Amino acid sequence: MAHSVRRDAPELPDFSLLKRLARDQLIYLLEQLPGKKDLFIEADLMSPLDRIANVTTLKEHEVDKLYKVEHKSIVSTSDQLCFLIRPRIQTVKWICDVVNADKAVGKFRRYKVIFCPQKFYACETLLEEQGIIGDVTTDEWSFYLLPLDDDIISLELPEFFRDNFLEGDQRWVRTAGSALHLLHSLYGPFSKVYGIGRCSKMAYESWREQVKEGEQRVRQADIGNVFLIDRDVDLVTPLCSQVVYEGLVDDIFRIKCGCVEFGPDVTSSDKSMKVMLNSQDKVFNEIRNEHFSQVFGFLSQKARNLQTAYDKRSGMDIKQMKTFVSEELKGLKKEHRLLSLHIGASESMMKKKTKQDFQEMLKTEHSLLEGFEIRECISFIEEHINRQASMVESMRLLCLLSLTENGLLPKDYRSLKAQYLQSYGVDHLLTFSNLKQLGLLVEQQPGETLTVMESRVGKLVNDKTAGKLTDAFSSLAKKSNFRALSRRLNLVPKSDEEYDLRVPRDMAYIFSGAYIPLSCKLIEQVLERDGWTGLEEVTRMINGHEFAVTGSNGSDPRGRSDAQRIILVMFLGGCTYSEISALRFLGKEKGYKFVVVTTAITNSARVLESMLDNHA
Amino acid sequence: MAFITANWNPLGDAFYRKIELYDMGWSLRDGLKDCMVAAAPYGGPIALLRQSQRPSPSARPQLEIYSSSGVSMASFPWKSGPVRQLGWTVCDDLLAIQEDGTVLIYDLFGTFKRHFSMGNEVVQNQVLEAKVFHSPYGTGVAIVTGASRFTLAMNIDDLKLRRLPEVPGLQGAPSCWAVLTQDRQTKVLLANGADLYILDNTSCTPVTPPGLSPQACSIINMAVSFSYKYLALFTDSGHLWMGSTNLKDKLSEVETKVRSAPKQMVWSRRPKSQQPSVVLMWDRLLLVAGVCKETIQYTLDEECVCVAELDGVRIVGASRHEMLQEVPSACEDIFKIASMAPGALLLEAHKEYEKCSQKADEYLREIKEQSVLGEAVKQCVEAAGYEHEPETQKTLLRAASFGKCFLSNFPPEPFVSMCRDLRVLNSVRDYSVGIPLTHTQYKQMTVQVLIDRLVYRKLYPLAIEICRYLKTPEYQGVSRVLKHWACCKVQQKEEPDESIARAVSVKLGEAAGISYSEIAARAYECGRTELAIKLLEFEPRSGEQVPLLLKMKRSQLGLSKAIESGDTDLVYTVVTYLKNEMNRGDFFMTLRNQPVALSLYRQFCKHQEQETLKDLFNQDDDHHELGNFYVRASYKESKLEARLSLLQSAVDEYNKAKNEFAAKATEEEMKLLRFQRRLDEEKGEALLGLSLHDTLHALLSANYHKQAEQLYRDFRVPDKRYWWLKLTALAEKEDWDELEKFAKSKKSPIGYLPFVEVCVKRHNKYEAKKYVSKVTPEQKVKAHLAIGDLEGAAEAAIERRSEGEISTVLARCSPTTDRALLERLNRARSTAAKK
Repeated sequence: MAHSVRRDAPELPDFSLLKRLARDQLIYLLEQLPGKKDLFIEADLMSPLDRIANVTTLKEHEVDKLYKVEHKSIVSTSDQLCFLIRPRIQTVKWICDVVNADKAVGKFRRYKVIFCPQKFYACETLLEEQGIIGDVTTDEWSFYLLPLDDDIISLELPEFFRDNFLEGDQRWVRTAGSALHLLHSLYGPFSKVYGIGRCSKMAYESWREQVKEGEQRVRQADIGNVFLIDRDVDLVTPLCSQVVYEGLVDDIFRIKCGCVEFGPDVTSSDKSMKVMLNSQDKVFNEIRNEHFSQVFGFLSQKARNLQTAYDKRSGMDIKQMKTFVSEELKGLKKEHRLLSLHIGASESMMKKKTKQDFQEMLKTEHSLLEGFEIRECISFIEEHINRQASMVESMRLLCLLSLTENGLLPKDYRSLKAQYLQSYGVDHLLTFSNLKQLGLLVEQQPGETLTVMESRVGKLVNDKTAGKLTDAFSSLAKKSNFRALSRRLNLVPKSDEEYDLRVPRDMAYIFSGAYIPLSCKLIEQVLERDGWTGLEEVTRMINGHEFAVTGSNGSDPRGRSDAQRIILVMFLGGCTYSEISALRFLGKEKGYKFVVVTTAITNSARVLESMLDNHA
Repeated sequence: MAFITANWNPLGDAFYRKIELYDMGWSLRDGLKDCMVAAAPYGGPIALLRQSQRPSPSARPQLEIYSSSGVSMASFPWKSGPVRQLGWTVCDDLLAIQEDGTVLIYDLFGTFKRHFSMGNEVVQNQVLEAKVFHSPYGTGVAIVTGASRFTLAMNIDDLKLRRLPEVPGLQGAPSCWAVLTQDRQTKVLLANGADLYILDNTSCTPVTPPGLSPQACSIINMAVSFSYKYLALFTDSGHLWMGSTNLKDKLSEVETKVRSAPKQMVWSRRPKSQQPSVVLMWDRLLLVAGVCKETIQYTLDEECVCVAELDGVRIVGASRHEMLQEVPSACEDIFKIASMAPGALLLEAHKEYEKCSQKADEYLREIKEQSVLGEAVKQCVEAAGYEHEPETQKTLLRAASFGKCFLSNFPPEPFVSMCRDLRVLNSVRDYSVGIPLTHTQYKQMTVQVLIDRLVYRKLYPLAIEICRYLKTPEYQGVSRVLKHWACCKVQQKEEPDESIARAVSVKLGEAAGISYSEIAARAYECGRTELAIKLLEFEPRSGEQVPLLLKMKRSQLGLSKAIESGDTDLVYTVVTYLKNEMNRGDFFMTLRNQPVALSLYRQFCKHQEQETLKDLFNQDDDHHELGNFYVRASYKESKLEARLSLLQSAVDEYNKAKNEFAAKATEEEMKLLRFQRRLDEEKGEALLGLSLHDTLHALLSANYHKQAEQLYRDFRVPDKRYWWLKLTALAEKEDWDELEKFAKSKKSPIGYLPFVEVCVKRHNKYEAKKYVSKVTPEQKVKAHLAIGDLEGAAEAAIERRSEGEISTVLARCSPTTDRALLERLNRARSTAAKK
């Protein structure tokens, strides 16, 4: 990037340790069941497992065959079965069925269930109810954190968002606390912890609890500060279309566990290809944080450089050629391959994204964020729905409209909803009910003082406190929180100036200069102010639960100055690649290094798909 | 100082000494006569069962418990059956083995704890003799019954009775017997006349000790050493045979010249003993018989009891408590008359130094010349540990400290730790505490156990002081003691709950690792529920509070605590518990007040118990959720009729919830479903389950325009949508005539640009052109561009004088082919810009 780097960025700690720990524990657990065994793996644990231990490693520890958990009856001849699953009731129930089916035909096998990352009491109760608690042994694989990249660590718990924010089920909070505890014990002690959101607060408390119980080790900190943030503090950002390269790849091709599958249209061959996207990929590393409009420029420059490197050959003698082939050619070839892939991907994206529709959609989005020409936006959304353009996209625009306008007018709400149901089916009645519960899509209540925030708060906290909060919030009623927040924090840069995407001046570049993500802005502000002072009104509008705690290792609060500039940001409920790009930008500007820990990488489609109710 | 050796007696090349530990604090009228006595090793407590003075049938014996210094700890009349044997467990509990085989367990203060039986068979045959023994497995009990059968209990805390095989030819009790622990096996060694047997789990093996004098015709007493390694046998010929317990080696045989059976016989050894010996006790005589075949004789002026220790023998009498042991070599070296050992010289040097005599220097020189100063200091430190008198200890330590001054690199740890140990030992040896531990025993026993014992004797302040003094980690030290104190405190029935709770919280404060829930559990066991709840309030870990609260049936409180803890597993535990404990109505009511628990339970029900979920919503009158529930159910239902009835229920619920919108939407869905079915039946289309939009699209594609019109009217489909639908459907079919007709039918609510675009999308520019003229002026440029008509687009843009639009067109022009156009546009743009 062309802007100046403020200070030398501190070195990131080595997170591959987390992988090694997880692998060692898994191997230990597998060895607890000696002899050949078949391993059943929960579908969404497949990719994370692949990052930790490949098939060869598993085979080395006497895993015979690998199966995906498909909730069907099984075909396995092994007399030892091992299940590696998430602690979900459906899966446990399926295991019960498998065991009971074996019992019914008098087949004797040994079963071992490994819950990842922890077991829940409900699962054990189920085993007990089904009368097989004596037949299976259970274990926990405390694989909390998967490093996806040098600065991204994921808990790989996409259900966190729905469970916690929609269903009010807090069982994953402790998991988040444990993950934090793990990071603290390996890379801490943290000198300062900031946070916002109810769930963050709970995760923080859960972590403190675990710190108290365990023993303290005094060590040199690798990570100085921590920032915890709930996804529902900022729901606008994940709903915006991503236009930074990595985010765009995620939106279009869906990056799964740091790996993307490019179809034949990208690879320009007849097969699709799985590609790891991380900082190891030199080409990708240079363009991942760039606005899409800049990517082609970079890529063609790169291609020219590559050509020059190849061209060096022409003037070489035999000896030089030999060194060239042995030393450089391989690297060049690899780079060549990657470059052609990314060019392919960019072309494919370009085809989709430079279409009129997309441009208009972006325009609508920006208008919504700015609060401009709302009627036009509504008609655009209406047309979008009427033309059955895309179920998820329509919903996304509706939610953005509601979030930015603090609810829809009753007339609009009804008509849009009716049209949506006509287009995409009446079962979305349930989806709307969910969206309303979460406050993503609500109706402005003309007579009543109940705001979005309140209904959300009321749902989560018990009656007594809710009463108090209702009082506090009635003053805020009917205020457009996003607008107010945006004004207070300057989230939307003035539109009259031209925004040069080549030389971004702030984090807004990730949305073509139209909007600075609220989540990242909060982080910036809090780090700048070293706390929440001066942000009282903002936190009141977000519905707070903010906190800032100085760590107990008070002896040397500055610690290693480098470590103090490494900031761990934990998103509870997921974060987007755009936000990560924004934080990387912020880090470069201010001389920080951000490490992003998230319950899962999310984007608008994932957020909204988790709201659908037809699968549950 | 000169008198230190006064109580030394030579035995072979070693010395034995008898030290007075205490003047006994008890006042026993008849001494230890007619008493059954049991004294625990490691300076443990002493229990006496005294037969009553007047032999009347109503009189009961008295059970008394004393500390080693004779301070009374408990005394109560014995009301149970006749006792055969008393003994102490490793954790200072008193065992009383009755004639009928029942074993009663009392604590140090005479509180009954529990009892167990040594088997049914014993009830008839009675216990003839019993022994309490200690092994790595804990405390065991062995009995021999009237039927001459042995029964063993290896560990009384994990009771497993083992009846040993019969001993051939044994009638009544054997002449003497002992319990051995060898190779992780517990065996009984017994003598029947001259025959010696080893009795283990499976067999009874006759054995012969090597080299036993042939004169003997009966073995009348035997003793096994503290470590179970050595055995001593006493025969009726007055011979004492000493050897190893495996009966392979003989150490020595001593002729005692006493033929009557000794009352007690115990080994006296110490670790690294040079001259182990057996102490035999008759009525008035105490004989120490060494392996070297020499003996020492002491006369006894009162009835005594010998207690075997790790490093000697304690002799408890009515007035005195003494310790008999081999003089440790360090002490011998230093104190032996005319000793020239380094330690002795150093002691002498220090003595002279204190007298300010220059001889001190001479002695020091002598030591230093031999360069044994380090050894001298070591000796003094070690010897200090073996001495009982604090004065002697101090003298030795001072000498050591003096010697240390002349050494540059002597490690300070042994000296410091010895000082600490001695301080602790002296304080527990104090008369009021009465635990006469030697340094060797203390090291074997460990501080942890010592603290336990002090705690068990309720000597909390001393225990805490020791922990603090030794800097024991709080978790294992002070906190543990405080916890025991608190557990004891809550049992004080006379104090009110409030004050106990306060006292406990003040004392325990923030001490690390205190588990208030354990204390509360104790309070609850004593029936003090209120106190338990108060104490639980102090427990910082909510997780710990919950199980006890449930046990106390305070489930509501338990639930709130579980929720507070943030541990959903815990919440779930309580919820499951409540579900089983309460009736459904109350259970739901409870959940209603706890949203966190409720949502957890809902999650569970969603997967496990759909019906319960419905009941939950019903209970809450949550009609909206009920409606949703029915809708969700309807999608799982494959039969249309059932589906419709579920949807009808949903409509009813939505109406109740005053959610007209949802009710109407659901009703329409029902209408649509019925319509779809009719059409499916009539026309064989597969429409069922499609959305309205998709249905319309399908109808239009299949040329059912009439039906589509009907739907359009019935469902009041917005015009725009209908137009869009029809437009796309017709275009997809490429039914261009119909499309044209449609376009002309009336004014399009969506304008005509979509017509153009749709045609272009289908690659039919010819058709597209038809509609370009109809497009509104604002969209003209787009329309022209869509069909690739740059000229037209330019025309339109220039006409509209819109800078933006001109630029759009410009962007599409290529500089080579459209040069003329480019120029025109550029001109137009500059005019537009000027304006």
